[in-house]
Amino acid sequence: MNRVIFKVLRPIRKYGLRTFSAATSDLLNASHNHSATTGILEKTNSTDNVPQYDVAIVGGGMVGVALACSLATMPLTKHLNVALIDSNPALMAGGSIKKEDPPDPRVSTVTPATISFFKGMGAWKYIQLHRHAFFDRMQVWDYTGLGYTRYSAGDVDKEVLGCVVENKVLHRALLSCMEESNMQKTIYPARLSALDLSFSLKSDNVSSQPHANVAKLNLSNGDILYAKLVVGSDGSKSHVRELAGIKTTGWKYPQNAIICTVEHAVENRCAWQRFLRSGPIALLPIGDNFSNIVWTMDPKQAAECRSMDEADFLKAVNEALDYGHGPHPQSETKGGGGLFSWLKLDTTPSANEPFEVPPRITKLASERMVFPLSLMHANSYVSKRVALIGDAAHTVHPLAGQGVNMGFGDASSLSRVISEGVAVGSDIGEISLLRRYESERKAANIAMMAVLDGFQKAYSVDFGPLNVLRAAAFHGANYISPLKKNIISYASGEQGIPLFS
Amino acid sequence: MASKLLLSQLRTLTNLTYRRFINPEFICPLRPELLIGSRTYSDAPHLPPVDPVPSPIIGDNPLRKTKISSSLNQAELAKFSAISETWWDAEGPFKPLHAMNPTRLAFIRSTLCRHFGKDPYCAKPFEGLKFLDVGCGGGILSEPLARMGATVTGVDAVDKNIKIARLHADLDPVTSSIDYLCTTAEKLVEEKRKFDAVFALEVIEHVADPAEFCKSLSALTVSNGATVVSTINRSIRAYATAIVAAEYILHWLPKGTHDWSSFLTPEELVLILQRASISVQEIAGFVYNPLTGKWFLSDDIGVNFIAYGAKIDE
Ligand SMILES: Cc1cc2nc3c(=O)[nH]c(=O)nc-3n(C[C@H](O)[C@H](O)[C@H](O)COP(=O)(O)OP(=O)(O)OC[C@H]3O[C@@H](n4cnc5c(N)ncnc54)[C@H](O)[C@@H]3O)c2cc1C
Ligand SMILES: C[S@@+](CC[C@H](N)C(=O)[O-])C[C@H]1O[C@@H](n2cnc3c(N)ncnc32)[C@H](O)[C@@H]1O
Repeated sequence: MNRVIFKVLRPIRKYGLRTFSAATSDLLNASHNHSATTGILEKTNSTDNVPQYDVAIVGGGMVGVALACSLATMPLTKHLNVALIDSNPALMAGGSIKKEDPPDPRVSTVTPATISFFKGMGAWKYIQLHRHAFFDRMQVWDYTGLGYTRYSAGDVDKEVLGCVVENKVLHRALLSCMEESNMQKTIYPARLSALDLSFSLKSDNVSSQPHANVAKLNLSNGDILYAKLVVGSDGSKSHVRELAGIKTTGWKYPQNAIICTVEHAVENRCAWQRFLRSGPIALLPIGDNFSNIVWTMDPKQAAECRSMDEADFLKAVNEALDYGHGPHPQSETKGGGGLFSWLKLDTTPSANEPFEVPPRITKLASERMVFPLSLMHANSYVSKRVALIGDAAHTVHPLAGQGVNMGFGDASSLSRVISEGVAVGSDIGEISLLRRYESERKAANIAMMAVLDGFQKAYSVDFGPLNVLRAAAFHGANYISPLKKNIISYASGEQGIPLFS
Repeated sequence: MASKLLLSQLRTLTNLTYRRFINPEFICPLRPELLIGSRTYSDAPHLPPVDPVPSPIIGDNPLRKTKISSSLNQAELAKFSAISETWWDAEGPFKPLHAMNPTRLAFIRSTLCRHFGKDPYCAKPFEGLKFLDVGCGGGILSEPLARMGATVTGVDAVDKNIKIARLHADLDPVTSSIDYLCTTAEKLVEEKRKFDAVFALEVIEHVADPAEFCKSLSALTVSNGATVVSTINRSIRAYATAIVAAEYILHWLPKGTHDWSSFLTPEELVLILQRASISVQEIAGFVYNPLTGKWFLSDDIGVNFIAYGAKIDE
């Protein structure tokens, strides 16, 4: 059943490599001096012993493995020969995750769209074996005490709004799903070091460009492979993106995020988010009596928060989530007049729910980690024989928990486009095919990024009087039912165009 | 009488084609100006009632007096020879063929999976079938057909095209199995070759005698096999889009690539295929959306169209 082939350095491959690097010396020399020192030379002129793949996935993070799984489970792509390249030992570990371990601070809020993507591939059953926490309510408020919004799953006729899962659980589930499939796949425990995209097999007397028919990949361990399509799922500092010459647009926020796991006395079924003068703090349920904290603030404060002792840190967190920084908002007077009363006919059920105070944190349950925040978008997602997915194509503020969901959306879309290409006998590295993936995902991702960046800008700076408008916006979001539904369904990945669609 | 008979036969076609045929031009197929005009085949005016078995009187043109007629039109071939280097440049003169390819292959996949009873959820549904691509050019159609599992033979009258096609197909182990030959459909008929499906996409408008050419396609198809033909309609709109827009305004195609007068209407194509024992089962149009730059299948057969027919059991 398990047909994963682990590529641990094989002598035969090294001979092939040596021969090859002799032929195209200047291209390869840079990347694997160590193989040159083996001093073994074998005389062949063919490229026959260089393995050829349909798809080479560079980066086996959550998004890269999700693509492999998706390809493995679709009828028209399951026959593809796939290479997965990543030196991350987690790919080889094959181990299990112990339920007794406290939750890892790196978690993702997966949306209903992601959940159905996982279910479609048969990966969700592995999530169910591990810790995960559904939440059906969300409360957003700010330090001014002027407004608050409560969302509930019932507003959009759903059972849940989302589910919080540790990244390592998502990763492990996808790996299990991939291992279980019958797809021909080879894992290379190495990193990509060079990429030749205008390479042509048997190109003796043909002018190269229109005939370049494979990409050639050089790996850090000296391995060489060919692939019709190279997928860059190698994260925000993507090497594939750089080697393909794809430029990015983006900026850093003058803020860092501190993340950790905390414990409280009661179970939590709600996602909480409060906007403070210095930035937002979020408390996400992660199962049992644990929650996850993502707290954005300026880098100096973040450094202090990380190094202060546990008691001080817990005090700071509890203040940030309760009375600190400003008063609680007033719960809406039921049926009362007020600024927005004319909209009352259209209110959603949860609009009348009173403001609640989040559970009190009693214990720090993990180390505290600090990450810089940035927004980055690749100017194109594809070039000939290359497609970028996940953080390699875009990174966003972790605030809205959308980062990996956008990546899963990419993996799902790219695998569908590849399947459409296979259906009509296309070369799957053809740019015209890959552009279909790009046009589908770019629009969706840019819209999401604009919303998140707007959020970030609106809430990270103290605009004084603008806070009143912000509070009005909260009230508005709470009362204008269709708009609120749009916000929820957009945040849960079900809608293409945000807000006023 | 003839027109009544025709209509009853056409009812067996899909709705969309049927609908299109109810136009005066078609109900009156003997209109001489429609068929003589500048048609290059001379049998048209003597159109007998359509008969599934081709009658021997048809096609008494001078070429047939020689043992095998030739479909070659030297002027047309010279045009292709001149630009053969550019077959695989997706932005070059053959850009429209590259852009149209996924769309026409989607049509082929769905009609032929049904025709041959193959599983459409299979990556290589045409495994075990022998396909012939007549006028294959650089292999833009042959290669995807091979990737879809077919055993493909590609033929073209221009030797340079065959050389380019061979080189390109050799780059990929899957397509290197394609058998490319510089020959014509007539010669293969003479050699008594038979294929499960025969394709002539965007070729018939370039051949000397379309009716004879269709007979060759038919002769190469096994009983109950399939034949697929695509071409440009001889409509004012096709003239505007395919010739003026593609050749002159957009400069996709070198000027003079198409000779409007040699185009066939869907009605004429159905007719000459019928007389060659191929009964057209489905016709679809390709429509180009200039805003998205994409082609899609539609029931608008006003400009580009593709027809799939079944070889009548003899
Ligand atoms: C503080 C923080 C909180 C976040 N919170 C959330 C959240 O709540 N919800 C959410 O959805 N998202 C969140 N995100 C974002 C989310 O973590 C990322 O979007 C997600 O991890 C991206 O996955 P990926 O597979 O694209 O990239 P990565 O997870 O970065 O994986 C890249 C992989 O590529 C490999 N690699 C790199 N270079 C090479 C090379 N040259 N050769 C071979 N392999 C290579 C690496 O080893 C790694 O395994 C958060 C991010 C941060 C920083
Ligand atoms: C427009 S191209 C179409 C190529 C290919 N069928 C496709 O659709 O991608 C027409 C091709 O038909 C070839 N051709 C023209 N007349 C021919 C004939 N009588 N016999 C064989 N090939 C012919 C030309 O050389 C040219 O390559």
